[in-house]
Formats: sequence, structure tokens, C-alpha cells
Amino acid sequence: MGKLYDMLVEDVRFQEGMKSCMNCGTCTAICPAAEFYRYDPRQVIDTVQTKDEEAIEDLLKSETIWYCGECMSCVTRCPRKNAVGLVIVALRSLSQKLGYFVESEKGRQQLALKRTIGAWILEHGYCVYPRKITVENHPEAGTIWKWEQDNLDLIHKRLGSNLDGEGNGGLRRIPQESLDELQRIFDVTGGSDFYNQIEEASKKKAEEMGLSLDEYVKFVYTTNNGLHGRDEE
Amino acid sequence: MILEGKKRLWAEYQKEIPDDNYFYVRSCIRQNFFPASEPTFLRILRDELKKDIFETPFHTTCSGIGYHSDIVPMETTMTVVARQFALMTEAGYENYAASCITSFGLYSEIIETWKHFPEVLAKVRKHLKQATGREFEIPQSLVHASDIVFKLRNEIAAKAKFKLVNKHTGKPLKVVEHIGCHYSKMFPSKGVGGAEYPYVLVGMIEVWGGEVVDYPERRHCCGYGFRHYLVKANRGYSVANTKKKFDSMEPYKPDMIITNCPGCPYFLDRWQYVIAEMEGKTYGGDGQGIPALTYEEVAGLVLGYNPWDLGLQVHQIAVEPLLDKIGIGYDPEAKYKGPNGEDLGKPEMPMSIRCC
Repeated sequence: MGKLYDMLVEDVRFQEGMKSCMNCGTCTAICPAAEFYRYDPRQVIDTVQTKDEEAIEDLLKSETIWYCGECMSCVTRCPRKNAVGLVIVALRSLSQKLGYFVESEKGRQQLALKRTIGAWILEHGYCVYPRKITVENHPEAGTIWKWEQDNLDLIHKRLGSNLDGEGNGGLRRIPQESLDELQRIFDVTGGSDFYNQIEEASKKKAEEMGLSLDEYVKFVYTTNNGLHGRDEE
Repeated sequence: MILEGKKRLWAEYQKEIPDDNYFYVRSCIRQNFFPASEPTFLRILRDELKKDIFETPFHTTCSGIGYHSDIVPMETTMTVVARQFALMTEAGYENYAASCITSFGLYSEIIETWKHFPEVLAKVRKHLKQATGREFEIPQSLVHASDIVFKLRNEIAAKAKFKLVNKHTGKPLKVVEHIGCHYSKMFPSKGVGGAEYPYVLVGMIEVWGGEVVDYPERRHCCGYGFRHYLVKANRGYSVANTKKKFDSMEPYKPDMIITNCPGCPYFLDRWQYVIAEMEGKTYGGDGQGIPALTYEEVAGLVLGYNPWDLGLQVHQIAVEPLLDKIGIGYDPEAKYKGPNGEDLGKPEMPMSIRCC
């Protein structure tokens, strides 16, 4: 048994998700990502099951593991009660711990996620915070979102929110003592180290690509090489 | 038919839902994109049905979107969730009610993992104590807020001012229901009706007078996919999956969509706008879209609440054709007004989809 496989087995999600695959392909048949991307969850499990170090390392550095949408539709359908989605979560976690994620275009996007969702969790106590959802980054949010952004405080007041206010209510300002507790939880449980690992590996990759870290973030957030889809050449 | 056997067969699809005394935890997405839905839920429970539902300003995100974007480690998310449970314990509650499906799925996953790996639970207890000084009990009951509305659907129906019926034809409205993947695909026993026969929204539709549309891609994901929406470069995945659902439901001519998860109505609403702007394709009648509502908004409409108090003005897809079908009155001039009647201007009209 190889070292990388051993590291995967240490993750309880891997233990929960990987029982005994018989390669029937039901997961691939139900998978929304397999329909859109060059992605075959059956093959991912097959590769992991080989316990082949080189093949697992290639997988950890690949685009493949970043195609899953974590909808977990595969969990319902697997006749052996495997959960490919959980195996993917374990693979992504290990890929980031080892710094392999920067070797793929989709993996490099982790920095953009860390600097948006990841930052908002600790700054605001929410995964999503309305003043940060800009029209520039979210044109698909529509003309209605532009109107909301232009009138954010009044619209939230009209609709019963307590935007950035004291006490209970929607989008209330999370009390500083709660944010402090959140930060300490991240520090104690390895969340802060994980964020730092994403930053450090990304910084090295940015240098390798000749980009400043800020340029790199914008680049990974917006760039799609057009080679990921099933129909793309 | 042997009734006992039938009951036994369906037993695993039932869910025990407490009928009072809930500790309520809000949803990041719902608060941002459908801000009136949670106040509506609380208004129905407290004012209409006289239930005890408690919330605290000290709860935070569960970090679920970060977890499913793979930037927040499992141990961290588990401890954040444990802190929420500690707040429930300190407040003296045992029934935990989540407003978010991502949270609900995550709580279910975490509690199940703790059962299988007690050493992980012990580690989380230690981490929480170390970071915050808090201790916690695992909830006796974990429900999604829609489970509560499902449980109380008949009481809501008894107070209803409107039914989900087309007042011009007298026929039930054709309603698409979308329950959201993380409600029961991972842990079928945690959702009403399980993963095969999800009934949480169907029960509401039937009791409130509508007719459920059964279409081929009924259980397909809305297209969120976490990183596939959150990163701009990946959004083709998200819109493609939503389009697949709309192409599948279109022949059935639905009047409306009712959703369970806070994210799904956002995608089912906004991607209709994008598909129209990109390809000129619309799915509702007369160049309009199909309104995608939260279950709280639908319950509020049935109870006769003012549509603009329900926040229906912050949907990109216009709701007026639906209101007209049901016969719900509204003041068009009040749609885009502020809390004190301030004129907030009007959103720009899209190019390819009619928004009244």
C-alpha cells in the first residue's frame, strides 16, 4: 500500500465513501458533471482502487478531481453504497495539503474561493455577504441585482432584514465576540493553516507564471482554457 | 391490500418532525437573495400559528459553502457546527431547525460521521472547548425549516386566503417542485419521502390546491455545483444544468416553481434571464419566464400577504402573471418603493425576457 493511499485512508470521508466499487458506472450515469465535463467518476474510483502511487499522484495534480459539483447524486444511486462525492472531497483536501492543486487550471481556482467565500466567513461571519457580490463579478445576477446593489440598505430594510444592524435578524452584524470565536476555531482546528497553505502554494505558482498574486487571483477567477467540456477540442 | 404491510413499506419514508419549540438558524444565501423569506417564515410560525421559535444573534455561518468549495477543512467545519449546537444547548432547546439545505445536509453528514467515528466527536468537543470554552449536546431533532411548513401545511391551508388555482379556468396551477440535492440524496432517511419519493414540497402543493408536474429531469441538480457557480470561469456548468431542467419541464407548461433550498430558486430564476439574454429563449408564456419561488413565499401568498412584503420584487423573473392567475391583488406602483415609500427607481429592463 502506498503513502498517498495511506493519507487518503486517514480521511474519514474516504473511509465512508470508498467501500467496494464493482465499476458498474451508475455514478457516471447519474452525474451532472460527467454530462458536462470530461469527467468519469467511475474511473476516479477505479484509479484510487489500484492504490498505484503514480496514478494517484497524477490524479491529485489533474483537472479531473475539480470537475465534481458535490451534488452527491451519486450517493443515492450507488448499489454498493459508495459515495464518490466524498472520495472527491478527500482527494481535493489532500491535493491542497500537498500543494498539488496549483498544477491544474481548475485547482488553481482555490485561491479565488479562499479570497472570497473563505475571507467573508472570517470577516463577516457569512459565506456570502451582499456588499461583496459585485455586479462586475456577477453579471448573471441580473438587472434586478444591479437595482438591489444601488439601493441595498433601503431594500433590505423594506424586506425585513437587519443589514449590518445590532441584535437578531437577517444579515445582522455578527457580534465581534462571535467572529473572534470563529477565528479561534479556525486557528485551533487547522483551518487557518489550510488557508495559509492555499496562499503559499499559489504565491509560488504565481511567481512561476510571472504574475503578481493579485493578477493571479483575477486570472484564475476568469480564465477557462476551453478544454474541459465533453464537446470541447 | 394489506394495510399493515403498506404502512411498514412506507415507514422509512416518514420523518418525525417536532410540532413546536425550535432553535432557528438562518441561511447565508436566503438572507442575501430572498431576504423576506425568513421573516415570512417567522411571521407564519409566531403570529399565525403561535409557535415557539428561538434565534440568537450569536450564530454564524455553518461554513458549509466554504466546506463544499473545499477551502474549509472538515475538522474546522465540524467545530463551527458544534458551536451552533452549543448555542442551542445553552438556550435550552433540542429541536434544531436550519433554513439552509447545504447546512441541513452538512449537519446530517456530521452527526452521522460522529456516530461512526466517536473519536472524531471527542476531538471536536476538545477543539470547541479549547477555542470557545463551550460544550454542546447533539440535537434530539434536526429539521429543515421546510419540514416544519410541511408539518403545519394543513393549519396554513385552514387560514388560506388563496389557493394555487387558476381563477380564470378553475383548474389547479401546474407546479414544478425542486427539493435541492442535499436535502435527501445523501441521507434519504433524513428527508420527508426520502430520496426516491420526496414529499416535503409535494405535500404543500397538494394541500394548497396545486397540481404537481412530474417531468423527466425533476430530480436533476439546479446546477449550483458550489465552485462551478462561485468561480466566474466555471459558470457554463451551472447554466447548462439549469437549462437541462427547463428544457425538460417546458412541454408541461408549468405555472410556477416552488423550491426548498435557498440557492436553487436563485439559479432557477437568474439562469432563465441569462438563457434569454444569450439565446433569446424564454420558458414561460408570452416571452416571460417561469417564476421560481421559495416555499416561504408560496406560503405567504396562500395566506394573503402583500407580494411586495414577501420580496417578490427582487426576483428577476416577473411574478405578476402568476399573481394574476391566482387572483392576488397588488399595487404595481408600490413594487419598487423603499420602506417609507421612497422612490428607488426601477431596474433596467432585460433585452430578451419580458419583466412586466
